[in-house]
Amino acid sequence: MSLSHHHLNTNILPTLSATIPTPFPLVFSAPIVSFLSFIFYSPLSLPSSPPIFSPFPSSLPTRKKMATAFSPSKFAAQPFPLNTTSQNNPLTIPTTASPFLGSTRKLIRLSSSSNLNIRRRSGTVVAVSDVVKENKSKSTLNLLITKEEGLELYEDMVLGRAFEDMCAQMYYRGKMFGFVHLYNGQEAISTGFIKLLKQQDSVVSTYRDHVHALSKGVSARAVMSELFGKTTGCCRGQGGSMHMFSREHNVLGGFAFIGEGIPVATGAAFTSKYKREVLKEADCDHVTLAFFGDGTCNNGQFFECLNMAALWKLPIVFVVENNLWAIGMSHLRATSDPQIYKKGPAFGMPGVHVNGMDVLKVREVAKEAIGRARRGEGPTLVECETYRFRGHSLADPDELRDPAEKAHYAARDPITALKKYLIENSLASEADLKAIDKKIDEVVEEAVEFADESPVPPRSQLLENVFADPKGFGIGPDGQYRCEDPKFTEGTAQV
Amino acid sequence: MLAIARQRMLGQSFKKILPAVSVLRSYSSAAKQITVREALNSALDEEMSADPKVFLMGEEVGEYQGAYKITKGLLEKYGPERVLDTPITEAGFTGIGVGAAYYGLKPVVEFMTFNFSMQAIDHIINSAAKSNYMSAGQISVPIVFRGPNGAAAGVGAQHSQCYAAWYASCPGLKVLSPYNSEDARGLLKAAIRDPDPVVFLENELLYGESFPVSDEVLDSSFCLPIGKAKIEREGKDATITAFSKMVGYALKAAEMLEKDGICAEVINLRSIRPLDRATINASVRKTNRLITVEEGFPQHGVGAEICASVVEESFSYLDAPVERIAGADVPMPYAANLERMAVPQVEDIVRAAKRACYRSVPLAATA
Repeated sequence: MSLSHHHLNTNILPTLSATIPTPFPLVFSAPIVSFLSFIFYSPLSLPSSPPIFSPFPSSLPTRKKMATAFSPSKFAAQPFPLNTTSQNNPLTIPTTASPFLGSTRKLIRLSSSSNLNIRRRSGTVVAVSDVVKENKSKSTLNLLITKEEGLELYEDMVLGRAFEDMCAQMYYRGKMFGFVHLYNGQEAISTGFIKLLKQQDSVVSTYRDHVHALSKGVSARAVMSELFGKTTGCCRGQGGSMHMFSREHNVLGGFAFIGEGIPVATGAAFTSKYKREVLKEADCDHVTLAFFGDGTCNNGQFFECLNMAALWKLPIVFVVENNLWAIGMSHLRATSDPQIYKKGPAFGMPGVHVNGMDVLKVREVAKEAIGRARRGEGPTLVECETYRFRGHSLADPDELRDPAEKAHYAARDPITALKKYLIENSLASEADLKAIDKKIDEVVEEAVEFADESPVPPRSQLLENVFADPKGFGIGPDGQYRCEDPKFTEGTAQV
Repeated sequence: MLAIARQRMLGQSFKKILPAVSVLRSYSSAAKQITVREALNSALDEEMSADPKVFLMGEEVGEYQGAYKITKGLLEKYGPERVLDTPITEAGFTGIGVGAAYYGLKPVVEFMTFNFSMQAIDHIINSAAKSNYMSAGQISVPIVFRGPNGAAAGVGAQHSQCYAAWYASCPGLKVLSPYNSEDARGLLKAAIRDPDPVVFLENELLYGESFPVSDEVLDSSFCLPIGKAKIEREGKDATITAFSKMVGYALKAAEMLEKDGICAEVINLRSIRPLDRATINASVRKTNRLITVEEGFPQHGVGAEICASVVEESFSYLDAPVERIAGADVPMPYAANLERMAVPQVEDIVRAAKRACYRSVPLAATA
């Protein structure tokens, strides 16, 4: 058994928490693992998504003792260490294990409702490959998704992937320029979260925002045109790759500075609460999702907003796309305690870790987190372990990352995993999925053509939209813009 | 001062004879005197009651009644949901304000002084000012950032900087700086109603000063236009431009110059961005001499922009080089005498005006 197995032991419950949608148990310490798992998760203890640096599927020989329907012995795959340094990294060493259980209110909820929920969902909250290997006696009632949902998820992820690949092509052909940050490999997070939102919910992202905009509903043509800098883009060519805004779909950007979007997202969540409580729009339950990376979690604004969101119980979900690298800076070299989900409980909100390469798991966690926010129970911090298959941006030579690490995550490609799940659970056939692939290819091709043929912004557009107010003179006592008042512009109005 | 009393009486007598003349004077026949603090408080109060989307956010704005008591009484009146005491997290709460403004709420974010806005300047510039442009008009940000700006008394280097020039250089922001109570009321109301981000630079030393205001100013629908300067005092020999506290100094300097036969025109800029170049240039074309006064650092300051504007547009009208009066090019010292030397004083303005008029200083002026 490799070293990583030992480390798995200590990290089980934190990641277990990711697989239990209803309660959000927080960080548990190692010694309490077995004990608690019986109390709270009996009769079934669930093989978890693996801790951060172990691969999935979770084959956990150490867990044989626990009564489980998913005996690990079924799984053949042996986990292998992420990279040779993982054995030395602080993460896999049991951290100062004070048995921090987070809010005790959660515990009470756990015992009353957990059994029922777990039994009902017992067949579902597992790794995709677990279900795949599961004996087929489990009925399809226990599957996580319906066929329609599955195809929708698949299509969205393929759109994200195909679009980003096309972006790379276009960049190298010179049609796209500046900073372009691609999302390959992380599609499960965008799809898993955003496909659960309504139109009025908002998404705030970083510079790696193409796929967030696409998942939220902005058309591929509009995004592609924006990237080409054409006037038909979603921001008329004035924003660019890093600044995707859409009023209609409530995509609030698109921020270049890391951490900048988090307070803005918190403000959008604040508006939702304000509308409900002060403006008395009783049905306003809009939720905001803030997406950001592992590097941002060391930034002051992140902590400021965790504090205020928990303080004022804002309807927001903080989604950390932990792809382990901030350009060339490994998360482990930059962070004193790399387990980001632990930072949630420090501020009074649940912190959850989930395998971000598995769209179904992400979706389950997202359902709970978004549900919490909608019900007014406050924010949640969700850390999604993921990976970007390409470099930080198209200008990044990506030399610092270990090829073994890249290969390891490439094997966990979310799209392949979902495809396998759909086929093996008879939710869709190869032909269906191929048809979707083809359709998306056409959509992306058409988007490129559209963008190519669109005009560049006219010269007159340069000075437009600096202010919402046409001439900058403000609003008069009658509520109209002053510049529309003829007396004012003729210079006879009294100043 | 006798001069002021005399002018007020003159103003009143003029009002009986020539109604039109009185409105040109800032010392018009006023019904009431209110302090700048009261003016700001009443403006906030009225705007909050008129529009439920307006809310206040800042450190100590609620239970402490405002660090400078500007927001006194508002917590009792509007409740903690609309008057929010924030933790000491400028970057965080400014960003929250911007996010709320994206959705149509109208936050008024208070910085205890604008020096602390440097912790939040990323949000003021990148999230607020640039958003309407980056989103091609889809997202406007009707937010107001207000607070005291510039030097107070003996507060040292980190609490005394003037930020007018920094914010005014950024497209997408409107930057306003009131002088008297009328300015404070009118401009703050205009700022709150405005659909764009506004940086509202007050001055701590002016909060306690009273100014006369007419009934029109006290009306709840009163507001002033943005981007228009006011000619506080008409003149024909030299133009003095100023904003905020320096307007008071400029007016006093104008009094002193009057005695030496120089009739100075004092322009209260009110709006640093958009700058009212039309008024300034028209005035310079009339008087042919320009003195710009500001409290901030001289390099790349507001005065530099005004000089450039005048040189570009009214070069042939200038009879003398433009005089720039600004704070000393040093961080603000603490010692009281040094501080006095680091900030423009009335005498500095008088000397500069005389230099511009080629009068030798400090000898008596020629006719």
